[in-house]
Amino acid sequence: MGLENRSDDNIITTTVDKVINWGRKNSLWPMPFGTACCAIEMMATLASKYDLSRFGAEAIRFSPRQSDLLIVSGRISLKMMPVLKKIYDQMPEPKWVISMGACASCGGVFDTYTLIQGVDQFLPVDMYIPGCPPRPEDLIDAVMQIQRQIDSGELPKGTLSDANSASVTG
Amino acid sequence: MSEEENDTTSSGKSPVVFERVKEQFQDGVLDLSEEFDELSLVAHRDSVYEILEFLKNDAKLSYDFLVDVTAVDYSQMEDVLTKYDYARFMVVYHLYSYKTGDRLRVKAPVHEKELSVRTVTSLWKGAAWLEREVYDMFGITFENHPNLRRILMPDDFEGYPLCKDYPLRGRGERETFDFERQNA
Amino acid sequence: MHADMERVAGEKMMLNFGPQHPATHGTLRIVLELDGETVVKATPHLGYLHTGFEKLGEHLDYNQYIVVTDRMNYLSPLSNNFGYVLAVEKLLGLEIPKRGEYVRVIMAELSRLADHLIWLGMGALDLGAFTAFLYGFKEREKLYNIFEKTTGARLTTSYTRVGGVLRDLYDGFEEEVNAFLSAFPKTLKEVHTLLTRNRIWMDRTKEVGVISGEDAISYGLTGPCLRASGVEHDLRKAEPYSSYEDFDFDVAVGDNGDVYDRYLVRMEEMVQSCHIVRQAMDNLPEGPVNVPDNKISLPEKKDAYGHIEGLIHHFKIIMDGHGVQPPRGEIYSATESPNGELGFYIVSDGSGTAYRIRIRPPSLLQYQVVPHMIEGGMVSDVVAVLGSLNVIAGELDR
Repeated sequence: MGLENRSDDNIITTTVDKVINWGRKNSLWPMPFGTACCAIEMMATLASKYDLSRFGAEAIRFSPRQSDLLIVSGRISLKMMPVLKKIYDQMPEPKWVISMGACASCGGVFDTYTLIQGVDQFLPVDMYIPGCPPRPEDLIDAVMQIQRQIDSGELPKGTLSDANSASVTG
Repeated sequence: MSEEENDTTSSGKSPVVFERVKEQFQDGVLDLSEEFDELSLVAHRDSVYEILEFLKNDAKLSYDFLVDVTAVDYSQMEDVLTKYDYARFMVVYHLYSYKTGDRLRVKAPVHEKELSVRTVTSLWKGAAWLEREVYDMFGITFENHPNLRRILMPDDFEGYPLCKDYPLRGRGERETFDFERQNA
Repeated sequence: MHADMERVAGEKMMLNFGPQHPATHGTLRIVLELDGETVVKATPHLGYLHTGFEKLGEHLDYNQYIVVTDRMNYLSPLSNNFGYVLAVEKLLGLEIPKRGEYVRVIMAELSRLADHLIWLGMGALDLGAFTAFLYGFKEREKLYNIFEKTTGARLTTSYTRVGGVLRDLYDGFEEEVNAFLSAFPKTLKEVHTLLTRNRIWMDRTKEVGVISGEDAISYGLTGPCLRASGVEHDLRKAEPYSSYEDFDFDVAVGDNGDVYDRYLVRMEEMVQSCHIVRQAMDNLPEGPVNVPDNKISLPEKKDAYGHIEGLIHHFKIIMDGHGVQPPRGEIYSATESPNGELGFYIVSDGSGTAYRIRIRPPSLLQYQVVPHMIEGGMVSDVVAVLGSLNVIAGELDR
């Protein structure tokens, strides 16, 4: 924790931002946008063996209004992209995006007429996970890296330039 | 698949189903063949509905399960094209009989200038979406279909992806993708 | 205030269910027309995961396409691999060594278990029973370990090859599978205790989403959904492929065709799958798993690296336009995948790439039946019905 000064045994001083980021980092609420195979591995990550709740990110919310981490896992087709965009737009700031797996990141093995070749054409992606599908450990690693980013006060890629929109600066 | 075991083979030569169909529809049947242990029947576009109806309702044949409806674009297979008077598409029905355990493939050549077949939704309820998919992918319409519109592609999509002249990577739909248009 | 909120008699409400909804498992969408809580009309929409699998089949060669089949029904990739190569082998007229067939059966049945476990977990989760999900995944992780050791991947296995399988079973496979098989019935029993006689579970599933046997056939249902309606039909029995005739197992059949029966049928299928795996393991023949034909199967790595002949064979199979080349013709081959009849219709023009591959997806016909099942029911039934049908979007939209 960003402990800056210690004046007495029971008092610590720090900035509000640091406290907020500490809280934010340890209680990420993911919005799982699972469409295909990667969603199954995402489920495995949430289930008993890998247990994402060890990292404070088990509060899965299927409502974008209540979540701050979008996990795009699976192929995104031309028909699905507007839905994904709408969901991303509805999420409150600050929000992070994980592009899980080859298909979400670059189209994967499906270079066809109907698939978006990488969601980063339309969404600001903070973390890419390679693999087809990635192992649960990879997803956990990506969540941890997002946590590190939050801890260091780094802004998510999708933050608006408007100063009032986010209070993540450390 | 195992025609020999079942008693559909009459006198060891032509399967019963072929005999029966030939008897009923002399002009409607264009070709009968047996390849890879599979029976295949090519029917004229105008009589394919009647043939399917007969195959389903005939007490002995009883092809009561419509396994699949699909189509093939034969525009790059010269010999098939010439054989069926340059009919570009072939609508393919796969049938199965729960009674006898036999399978049968029925095909109907469709010309580009009259790109339609009569729907079989009145015979099998499951045909509705299969035919919609054929329409979506090949542009073949089905007469009297209750709800013939695109099924897999977006409603405003142009072109028919499974036609041979449609490129694998599309005609730039991915590049010109526009939210405004898609949301409309 | 009250006057404003009063519902005008006969006024319908439209409810857009999905594509992003926890119970639609990603990409299904149903537009519901509601009268209060009653569903008056349901219009399913699909295509949100359309990937162009069939088009890709016209551009990839026969062995490359196995990778694509993995990603179709991603709950049980091994069954898809299996169904696809059987189709190509039928076209080639290949006979697989007995051991290869048994290995494929073992893997396909294990993958049926894995499939039904996820269906069970997600179906129960949708109705609020979280524990079954965790129990299911606990067992599935064990299967993942076995798959990973055998095929090299947890989920996207690509295990089968035209003419055999990627590699033989590893040492210690038998012990691990036996350990799994002896522990698995306990989990099933736990799930039965949790759900089968559970009042809430029964109230939410019994007489919900009913379909008669006759309608099920007319709608083209196959697999567990058909059998739950009382039609005893299983391709493993009706048209035995890959040595299924060697195994003794029962076909689970239901009576009422409701959600509860579909649940029971799948639960029983898991028991039968264990039974088949055990028999196959006990009678596993010795010998090669691949066809001893240099034009079909890849040579051993040591031959490819050590002998010029092996290198040439390897090169020819891998090189574009030199690989597996079936004769001209067309075939339809169907297998009993965990979801039902998974068919492949392949038109070959004699080259190394199929002229047309059509996949007959069980999920498409299963999803089509949703309006028939839920119209007249309650909104909450939609979730139960969707869960019981196990519609897999990857296979539905292809």
